[in-house]
Amino acid sequence: MAARDEVLARIRTALGRSPAAGAPAGDRVPRGYRRSAGLDTGALISLLTERLHDYGTAVRRCPPSGVPAAVAEALAGRGARRVVVPAGFELPGLDVPGVTLFADDGLSPGALDAADGVMTTAALAIAETGTIVLDGGPGQGRRALSLVPDYHLCLLQAGQIVGIVPEAMDRLPPGSPCTWISGPSATSDIELDRVQGVHGPRTLEVILIEP
Amino acid sequence: MRIALFVTCLADGLFPGVGQATVRLLERLGHEVVFPQAQTCCGQLHTNTGYLREALPLVRRYVDVFEDCEVVVVPSASCTGSVRHQHAMVARRFGDEALARRAEAVAARTFELSELLVDVLGVENVGAYYPHRVTYHPTCHSLRLLRVGDRPLRLLRNVAGIDLVELPDAEVCCGFGGTFAVKNAAVSTAMLADKMRSVLSTGAEVCTAGDSSCLMHIGGGLSRLNAGTATVHLAEILASTQGAR
Amino acid sequence: MSTFLGMPYAPRGVGHLRGEEPFPVAARAALGDTQLRRNLGKATRTIRAKRAAVVAELPDWEELRAAGQAIKQRTLAHLDHYLEQLESRVQEHGGTVHWARDANEANRIVTGLVRDTGADEVVKVKSIVTDEIGLNEALAGAGITAHETDLAELIVQLGHDRPSHILVPAIHRNRAEIREIFLREMADVDPGLTDTPAALAEAARLHLRRRFLSARVGISGANFAIAETGTLCVVESEGNGRMCLTLPDTLITVMGIEKVIPSWRDLEVFLQLLPRSSTGERMNPYTSLWTGVTPGDGPQRFHLVLLDNGRTAALADPAGRPALHCIRCSACLNVCPVYERTGGHAYGSVYPGPIGAVLSPQLTGVEDNASLPYASSLCGACFDACPVRIDIPSLLVHLRARHVEEAARSRRLPTAEAVAMAAASWVMASPGRYAAAQRAGRAGRALGRQGRIRRLPPPLSAWTAARDAPAPPAQTFREWWQHEHGNADGSAG
Repeated sequence: MAARDEVLARIRTALGRSPAAGAPAGDRVPRGYRRSAGLDTGALISLLTERLHDYGTAVRRCPPSGVPAAVAEALAGRGARRVVVPAGFELPGLDVPGVTLFADDGLSPGALDAADGVMTTAALAIAETGTIVLDGGPGQGRRALSLVPDYHLCLLQAGQIVGIVPEAMDRLPPGSPCTWISGPSATSDIELDRVQGVHGPRTLEVILIEP
Repeated sequence: MRIALFVTCLADGLFPGVGQATVRLLERLGHEVVFPQAQTCCGQLHTNTGYLREALPLVRRYVDVFEDCEVVVVPSASCTGSVRHQHAMVARRFGDEALARRAEAVAARTFELSELLVDVLGVENVGAYYPHRVTYHPTCHSLRLLRVGDRPLRLLRNVAGIDLVELPDAEVCCGFGGTFAVKNAAVSTAMLADKMRSVLSTGAEVCTAGDSSCLMHIGGGLSRLNAGTATVHLAEILASTQGAR
Repeated sequence: MSTFLGMPYAPRGVGHLRGEEPFPVAARAALGDTQLRRNLGKATRTIRAKRAAVVAELPDWEELRAAGQAIKQRTLAHLDHYLEQLESRVQEHGGTVHWARDANEANRIVTGLVRDTGADEVVKVKSIVTDEIGLNEALAGAGITAHETDLAELIVQLGHDRPSHILVPAIHRNRAEIREIFLREMADVDPGLTDTPAALAEAARLHLRRRFLSARVGISGANFAIAETGTLCVVESEGNGRMCLTLPDTLITVMGIEKVIPSWRDLEVFLQLLPRSSTGERMNPYTSLWTGVTPGDGPQRFHLVLLDNGRTAALADPAGRPALHCIRCSACLNVCPVYERTGGHAYGSVYPGPIGAVLSPQLTGVEDNASLPYASSLCGACFDACPVRIDIPSLLVHLRARHVEEAARSRRLPTAEAVAMAAASWVMASPGRYAAAQRAGRAGRALGRQGRIRRLPPPLSAWTAARDAPAPPAQTFREWWQHEHGNADGSAG
């Protein structure tokens, strides 16, 4: 008997029923937990910023017209000269001397490693947990892009901030590969002393765009 | 009120003072105490060691003896916990649904001492006098199974003359655990060492709790060390009106 | 090999579900390891405080726990349906699903898949299930090197050691030991390496980065797999997970069948329960979600290996089944007074602590882990901490009962303990016999001085080794009552 058939048969025997029992009906799971935080945009911005600061993530706030300047400031502050961006990502008006934005066209891990940093947009952010979510949508790129370079500059719209995790799950389309980022990487494996910055970008900075 | 006493096999055979104190206390509060002499043991030791079939006759005995009583008081959180959370399970394991239902009915009328005093009799000041420094250990069954909360502390705070000091790391298990104390004696002793350290750090003369079993374990350790701190059951403190132990 | 209702257990001779010594023996040795005691005490105390703080922040923690428990109950009640659904979705999205009846089969499958790529080394994300089945050893036997990339697993691997905690497997090592291990075993390490955690983490980062950027095959476990969408989820802190899940061309994920959850929205419950329960954070640094294969993004070949290895045996026991609800947060380990003092090795299984004491015996059969259900004082702290409300104390009592019942069935002669228990039960089933036994027991009074007995014969010698025992009193309670009230039950009689 093939393994698949045998495991399924074992499960059915263990549960004491026949194969044709069919799909379970309805959702009888008690869902008394919060499904939304009920916070307004101002409160969401405030909470997210506080949580990002807890993680040591620099947050620059600006209106849409101020984005190029904020980006220029961030990149200059970092000393980043070669910054990779997802294919199709455009930032008109960005003028930073000595900075080259080059598009990801299937760069090798080594080439990504050689970049000074990566710049992307985001899918959404979760205020309560200080989480930025990337789901490969426009301006976010494939996962390796925001993983290998040591510096990640993320452009986030204020309207993309939700309050709590269930709100995020409601908005994210299942199927795309998705990365949730909550603070820089860390380990507590050595005597439980938390050490930041193991793998993944050790510096994350956010530009929060408010209309 | 007519209150039936389930004294527990441990108190009956080794710590009769706990039973006597419970009777004295409830009579002083104006209630009538009955002691159905056909009682023996709740079967907790058997159940928790895996001998459920051997626990079944003990469950049946408890139900037979107490089901006609209006209210049952037990000076032991662990025995109360066994009655409330294990008796029906044991009955069901051997297919006796009728006994299980009867067990559930009796369990609903079975109360640990502090539960009885505070919830059923509505009293928090029992008129006790006990001029000693005392620290209270919340036993695991009272804390997590029965969830008596701060009822024992409310009762103790109202004892005249008492110097009640908080026990550090109070919620950590003392390490008794029934047969665990023998089957895993090394770990049990390690846990006991930490509990004794906490008790001794309070400078208390007396460590009290609602379970004779834990007190036997903690007291046995303190006695072996000649530590000069004794264990006294909650009932004995609440029954005390003269300060003598 | 015996079975539970026809369900085979995890086979012997492979993997790490069975210890070499019974728990009391191993525990006693561990208790004397002062460094372990100190490390573990500090570690568990720290995590307990962090967990308590972040849990207290949520107004709906109990509602989340209730939902988590219900979702897991529902999943297991229809496990076949959800696994079939998961398989279909993963295949629709370009992944391949394999089924493994036990550890040996899983190891064969994974080894074969790696061989097919022509690679002779793989990078691994920490996965307890791969430790459970002994995958690294199986791969090594086939000439394939598995490089652990999780810092703690790296420490354990370089130290030729075994993990001692579900979440922080190297908790038994202090920084000086870790520095020594790195100096000894890392080819490219700086000889001037200090032992500050930051320096050690940096050494690990450099050592591993080279591997990540050139790896062709990654092996992982999975925290959750969503049946509705075919999505897999890995929750981590360091970023090595993202590296292994994203950079290699081939990804092989091994997952216990109990890890599937029904729907996309169910994940919102577990992504709140898990980080707060495990590391005491509002959210762990990185969570990765992927569904099959996405052209141009990540591995272009994805294999999901679904593992039984005794889980259907646990499933077959309705009273024991809740052990399969575990989401591997390790909150129970961190609140357990026994685990805190003995560490994980004493349990002999990759699943130690309270959950290990109820899961390991069900996977292997109680006989092979008979001492584990007794490795507990039944204090209940684990139940309070469990994010999915597994009633571990009740499960422990149930497994003790299974042990006693199985032993009774398989032996011709009962053990001394069984005889004593039966005798005690017989005595206590009758008040007359019981009172007589009390009178007989009074002989023990002679052993006491000032009401204390200092030495008792075995097995109670284990008690008096460290504690005095009370001497029987001159008069039992019922004798006193009879003296006061005659044979009447009531005081007014």
